[in-house]
Amino acid sequence: MSNNINNHNPFYDPTLKKRHLSDKIFKYMAMSALLISVAFLLVFFTDIISKGLPSYKQAYIELPVKYNTETVADSSFAIDEKHYELVSRAWYRDMPKYVSENPEVMNKTPIEWVLADDEVDQYMKGHQNTLTDEQKTVVEELKKQGKVESKFNTLFFTTGDSKIPENSGFLASAVGSILTILVCIAFAFPIGVMSAIYLEEFKKDNKMSQLIEININNLAAVPSILFGLLGLAVFINFFGLPRSSALVGGLTLALMTLPVIIVSGRTALRSVPASIRQAAYGLGLTKWQVVKDHVLPLGMPGILTGSIIGIARAMGETAPLIIVGMIAFIPDIPTSFTQAATVMPAQIFTWAGMPEGAYIERVSGAIMVLLAILLTMNAVAIYFRKKYEIKW
Amino acid sequence: MKKTTISLALLAVLSVASEARDQIKMVGSSTVYPFASAVAEQLGATGGVPTPVVESTGTGGGMKMFCAGVGMNTPDITNASRRMKSSELAQCRANGVTDITEALIGYDGIVLGQNKSNAPLKLTRKEIFLAVAEKVPSADGKSIINNPYKTWNQINPSLPNRAITIYGPPKSSGTRDSFEEMTMQHFTEEGDLKGLYHGAGLKKYSKIRTDGVWVDSGENDNLIVQKLGKNKNAIGIFGYSFLEENGNKISGATVDGAAPTPALIASGKYPISRSLRFYIKNNHRGEVPALDKYVAMFMNDKMIGERGSLKRLGLIPLAKGTRAASIKSATSHAPLKALSLMQK
Repeated sequence: MSNNINNHNPFYDPTLKKRHLSDKIFKYMAMSALLISVAFLLVFFTDIISKGLPSYKQAYIELPVKYNTETVADSSFAIDEKHYELVSRAWYRDMPKYVSENPEVMNKTPIEWVLADDEVDQYMKGHQNTLTDEQKTVVEELKKQGKVESKFNTLFFTTGDSKIPENSGFLASAVGSILTILVCIAFAFPIGVMSAIYLEEFKKDNKMSQLIEININNLAAVPSILFGLLGLAVFINFFGLPRSSALVGGLTLALMTLPVIIVSGRTALRSVPASIRQAAYGLGLTKWQVVKDHVLPLGMPGILTGSIIGIARAMGETAPLIIVGMIAFIPDIPTSFTQAATVMPAQIFTWAGMPEGAYIERVSGAIMVLLAILLTMNAVAIYFRKKYEIKW
Repeated sequence: MKKTTISLALLAVLSVASEARDQIKMVGSSTVYPFASAVAEQLGATGGVPTPVVESTGTGGGMKMFCAGVGMNTPDITNASRRMKSSELAQCRANGVTDITEALIGYDGIVLGQNKSNAPLKLTRKEIFLAVAEKVPSADGKSIINNPYKTWNQINPSLPNRAITIYGPPKSSGTRDSFEEMTMQHFTEEGDLKGLYHGAGLKKYSKIRTDGVWVDSGENDNLIVQKLGKNKNAIGIFGYSFLEENGNKISGATVDGAAPTPALIASGKYPISRSLRFYIKNNHRGEVPALDKYVAMFMNDKMIGERGSLKRLGLIPLAKGTRAASIKSATSHAPLKALSLMQK
């Protein structure tokens, strides 16, 4: 009966069921694609955070420390035999310096919190460690007396790289990242924006300018390692700028970021309606006045968004910096643009290759900080876009 | 206008770059890198000079940069997991790097490790060659055929009946270079197979098989060690320091009757071992005053001695006499002679 009705229904579509089915399938496929990427993200974040959080804690031991001429000459005698191996090598190394800066401790035996060896730290956190059974009983003993404690890891936020895991931090690389990015912004932003203005507002449309345009668009897609080679050839070998410095690194990253800024800058300028320009010309303004007072301010939110995203990408970049020598053991905090410096992703990379568990932990800890910085930068970009966005 | 400012800024920086510096710059071998950076850190913490910059570029890459010339833009020291080649020395001299001192710091053994639950493994270099080479001599020894061996007992009946699976370093690694040189070219360039391979037009033959028996496992030796924990049949190839650190999980195979122990590696009885060194550009001593401090700190029993701190990082110390001689020649800036490079 119903069939009959359908047969006479001019709107009846026999493929309807099938079409609805494929519609549903498509919807669920798209949804599962989204679910998969969300799942990946969740796995990534839980893995990083669960591994990284412990790195913000570090074990310290409360022990009597002997300060006298003998122990200053050989600091290994400052701690009693039983606990000698539980204390960080960095502490023994720095002890004589500490005494020379604080002469009042001389010939005293105060009870102090001293930095523990990374293996003790790993044991305290329940991770794999190389402590012997004897050492473990000593640590357990200390634990019962409350003489070993995981405290906030200030060293991680105040020092540079170290071959002694518990003594290593990422401040030097963070400062290096900041210096490098400052150089990158100082070069890439003005040059990029000026180029975008020229290409969009002044350029005549001929073969030459088309060639330049194609090349800039292609440059935006060139693998970043090639910019490293360019940086090596131009800045280090030709200009003779110091290798491994924030200056060279920043310039190299600027080369990489330039095309991104130009392309996004042009898009932003193009989105400023022609009517604005025509009105301004109609009032007799010069090209310079039109650009300065009208087009540029209106295009700025778009330019800034593109630039911030390009610079955020530069901040997470490692490959070109390998070539210009910024992936190296550089523990000192750089104080100038010409000094040797390393950057945060480079620091993460070098730590990831180390055998000790304490470094693996620091890798995740540093990734969390880097991610936080990048997310903040992206949030700033979104804020600018939302705040100054004008809908035409 | 902005561009002129920028080029002016570049020029200003140029003049800064050519000044003397108090920070040592080092490049070179990734095997020596942990030792060099440990000494660098110690110098920075206690020597009153900025911590030297240590870059890990591989031995060959380091030599290239080191020999590129004299000047504050070239490295002062290059680390090496082999001796400088005569060709590299010639390159150095051609570019004005005339005064070089060589410092021998210790040894590193290349270990063939396996899961500790297995029975001890006794191999010879010939057996290793037959297990890893892409082309091997046929059973009658007259021709060269594609490697047919799938299990160890096919190579030698006294070896266990285990599938050959080898996790080894990739082509970019210095460990791989040394391994190929000491286990493969040892036979095809100097040994009894030279005639056979040269006759077939295969000079300097050191091609590792690509039929899945050998698995490239990345530069990270840690990963190889982890894989051996899971795959009990497999054998891993890595530096000695990783055997020492993971001695509770992994045992090293004896090679030509010698076990990979510090004593046998240092004496050269363990055949797959190499010496670790660094080269100092004496032309820079005037402009980089910290250079002498670094050499004095490194070439000292406290660092490279029997109880030195680098031993904890896996360096195999030199024998006492060799060590004293090496310390003396390095700290007295003995010039490197082309003739001495000819000696092993």
